[in-house]
Amino acid sequence: MAASSASEYIKHHLGNLTYGQLPAGYERTCHGHDQTLNDATWTFACNAQEASDMGFAAIHVDSMAWSGGLGILMCLLFWLMARKASPNTPSGMLNFVEMIIEFIDTQVRDSFHGKSKLIAPLSLVIFCWVFLMNLMDLIPVDWVPMTFQWIVTTFFGWSAHEAYFRIVPTTDPNITLSMSICVFFLVIFYSIKVKGIGGFLGELSFKPFEAGSTLGKILLLPINLVLETISLLAKPVSLGLRLFGNMYAGEFVFILVAGMMGTWQAIAAWPWAVFHILVITLQAFIFMVLTIVYLSMAVEEH
Amino acid sequence: MNINATLIGQAIWFALFVFFCMKFVWPPISRALDERKQKIAEGLSAADRAERDLELAQEKASANLKDAKDKASEIIEQANRRANQIVEEAKDQARAEGERLIAKAQSEIDQEINRAREELRKEVSALALSGAEKVLAREVNRDSHKQLLDELAAQL
Repeated sequence: MAASSASEYIKHHLGNLTYGQLPAGYERTCHGHDQTLNDATWTFACNAQEASDMGFAAIHVDSMAWSGGLGILMCLLFWLMARKASPNTPSGMLNFVEMIIEFIDTQVRDSFHGKSKLIAPLSLVIFCWVFLMNLMDLIPVDWVPMTFQWIVTTFFGWSAHEAYFRIVPTTDPNITLSMSICVFFLVIFYSIKVKGIGGFLGELSFKPFEAGSTLGKILLLPINLVLETISLLAKPVSLGLRLFGNMYAGEFVFILVAGMMGTWQAIAAWPWAVFHILVITLQAFIFMVLTIVYLSMAVEEH
Repeated sequence: MNINATLIGQAIWFALFVFFCMKFVWPPISRALDERKQKIAEGLSAADRAERDLELAQEKASANLKDAKDKASEIIEQANRRANQIVEEAKDQARAEGERLIAKAQSEIDQEINRAREELRKEVSALALSGAEKVLAREVNRDSHKQLLDELAAQL
């Protein structure tokens, strides 16, 4: 085990492989020797402190690689199946893909009554991609990080405790919030596209408290604006944090179990994994449904 | 758990994948599904039509069959009638022929009887005459008793 105590083990497992810029004059201990940086330097963070000192100019390489890799895998699979798609009898994998597509199409048709070429594929990507990213949670927590650690310590001269690696992108708030912010921008885009800027701002200003007279409208405007803005902003935040929170908690239990029981973790991790299958599917589904609901709210008049 | 440029990276991935699926995945599959739906609907209506056609054909077939049966029985009846008629005719003909043959035979018999009787008569009269001649050789003069003899021959 990389860390000496359970708490360090857990902390290590919750750190991302971060590549970012350290400012000039930064003092660090890395790869077994001390150094002071002369210039601002792009490098991998050696510990959690460095990762946070990098600020915004940093990227979680593991999250990006796994989410991108899984997304490409998903697109490749769908693309292959889409090329085979025909009105004739489907078979094998195509059956499965068609089932997913029909399922998502039903969900979209049920909630979204506008016309959009974007929303169905968007929902498809969200559901399948989030599901795949969540699914990484079921791989025993040490397998991939240990392999990574072995590679970097053997071939690149890193210290074992510097080898941060996480394979579940949805336990990284950047990933989930990024997706929910994209959805948020789509909501604003559709609101403005359907209702116009005036309509969109009007909805923010004159609801939920409505008044008949102009004076009443002006008096109620500040409180309406505050309420509606909060409720608007709460959507992406809750959407992203819900997924992150669920997955983070699930991952945390796995890490806890692995930290406490070591080799015997399967005894406790297996039942949790079985239960977690439900959670990962449900969270992917919820993320998709809420996206559809938010977008349909955006295009409908209240 | 730092918020950093991963946000932007993930947004780029997201946009790429959504764009890809919107362009190359969703349209072909959903088109295929729609086409299949239409095909199935067409197939079902065709099946309905075929069922109706089959019913009609069955009705027609049974009507034809009934017709044919009627015709056949009519023909059989006719044939039977004709056969009976032929038999009757043949019977009548046979009877007539038989009667004709009987009549012919009868007349031949009659003729034979008459001829035989004539010959017998002639022979008897000749015999009687020769006997009488022998008996009456001397007393009877053929010429003087000629009238008597002729009368006798006529009576025989």
